[in-house]
Amino acid sequence: MTQLALVIDLNVCVGCHACVTSCKEWNTSGPAGAMSDDNPYGQDPTGTFFNRVQTYEVGEYPQTETVHFPKSCLHCEDPPCVPVCPTGASYKREDDGIVLVDYDKCIGCKYCSWACPYGARELDEHQKVMKKCTLCVDRIYDESLPESERKPACVLACPTSARLFGDVHDPESEVSEAIRDEAGFQLMPEWGTHPANHYLPRRKAKIRIHQDELERVDNPLKKEGELPQLDDNSPTLDDVTSW
Amino acid sequence: MHPAFSVIFLTTLIGVGQGLFLALYTGESYAVVELLPAQDQSFYVWGSVIAVGFLIAGLISSIFHLGHPERAWRSAARWRTSWLSREVIVLPTVIGAVAVYGGVHALGWDLSVIGIKTQLRGDLTLLIGLGGVVATFLLFLCTSMIYACIKFLQEWATPLTLINYTLLGVASGFTFATAYATYQAPHLVNFYGWWAIAITATALVTRSASLYRNANLRRISSLSTAIGVRDKRIKQRSMGFMGGSFNTREYFHGASQLLFRSIKWIFMVMVFLIPISLLVIGMKNDSSSLLMSAFVVQYLGLIAERWFFFAQANHPQNLYYQTVG
Repeated sequence: MTQLALVIDLNVCVGCHACVTSCKEWNTSGPAGAMSDDNPYGQDPTGTFFNRVQTYEVGEYPQTETVHFPKSCLHCEDPPCVPVCPTGASYKREDDGIVLVDYDKCIGCKYCSWACPYGARELDEHQKVMKKCTLCVDRIYDESLPESERKPACVLACPTSARLFGDVHDPESEVSEAIRDEAGFQLMPEWGTHPANHYLPRRKAKIRIHQDELERVDNPLKKEGELPQLDDNSPTLDDVTSW
Repeated sequence: MHPAFSVIFLTTLIGVGQGLFLALYTGESYAVVELLPAQDQSFYVWGSVIAVGFLIAGLISSIFHLGHPERAWRSAARWRTSWLSREVIVLPTVIGAVAVYGGVHALGWDLSVIGIKTQLRGDLTLLIGLGGVVATFLLFLCTSMIYACIKFLQEWATPLTLINYTLLGVASGFTFATAYATYQAPHLVNFYGWWAIAITATALVTRSASLYRNANLRRISSLSTAIGVRDKRIKQRSMGFMGGSFNTREYFHGASQLLFRSIKWIFMVMVFLIPISLLVIGMKNDSSSLLMSAFVVQYLGLIAERWFFFAQANHPQNLYYQTVG
């Protein structure tokens, strides 16, 4: 069975919010209707978003580290938001594992948002239905797009390629390989939700270089002592050539 | 969590309705075995009418919680998995059962179904009432499990949620029945009054137990598990936006610390101490106004209790929304 998901590399995310804005742009223009905003340029702006980038500081000054942390629906393999829905509007697709909301069936009771430990669901204050990341389901299967663009908008927008997209159930896929090789982890594993989205940890790439690796031990010139030096009276190259 | 008044009124109003119906049925059962004097049909009829009134008021209140009330009929669909869906089915069942129970009393149908010989009338109302009692307790189960089944809302995920919803609902219903009996069945005032006191006192023990439990909770989620960083010294510097969002409104109670802390003592006094005192004094002095005020105070206290129940629940998503920036 396929389980589409994102793998987000915290090591290279620079916190530029490009994924946030491209997500909003794509999904607010989609056939499902706008993701409504109120007072976008006013005093108390608010709006519906599928994706946010947060920033955390780890450690104690001066040994601190900044972690930029994008957060959207994790498309859990055992999503707690789905069984609580009284109408069946919230569902997980059998064929690709995407968790979606049927906006025509949602009664706006907010119970699914209570049942999501990650706060991944937001009620649209104007349409009064629950909204969440769709993994750009209206984009990834669109055959009118070139194949390279059949990816979620956030993945295409990321300037540092911090976001990977693929099938985490296929052991050969790029995302599975990244999870395997780069110690991918899940958020709040304690609740047994088995998020499909994984994160790659901050990791420092260090190589240790010894002095003998900088200086060639068996350098023949070294063995023969100092290089021969020209004395002041010797002819230079300019003296003996006629160019 | 942000307390929604639609849900506060829903859970408290149907609690009174359910408790009142249980009180009526208890009175009738005692009368059958001649432990209590039999009552006129009108006692059960008007009692059922009032109980149905409370239940329907709760149902109407719940509609205000929905973004799309016109689609509410869909919410009966997922009863296999959702406690909310089960409540949507059981609540009208209880309303129907209480209405039929009152209706049979009103029509005075004297029908013996399984042949229990009573000096009063046939056992039809007893059987219908028994079904109503089962449905009533199922409704307490459904209502409380909506909250208790969310395991990461640790304040709610305990059997005490079920026990408190049931006991507080029944207590308020019996308190109302005490006041109601002063008008319709003066012989039952003390019976209902002492039951109301006993149930309220039991609820005081169980509600205190849940307060104690919640004050000593060990949080399972932390910022470390939330963002997957082992280091315990994590501070949020930015939640990703400066304005508000659904996440900053729905999961925080938004009240001042002073109000949040004092409301616990307010409801402890209003739900338990004052009503018990008023019930004792009211029964001694045969005062229907004191008994009715016992119910009013207890009901207002229950609104505060339910507000605190929601406000106290700490959603793990709040870990992600601590610093505006």
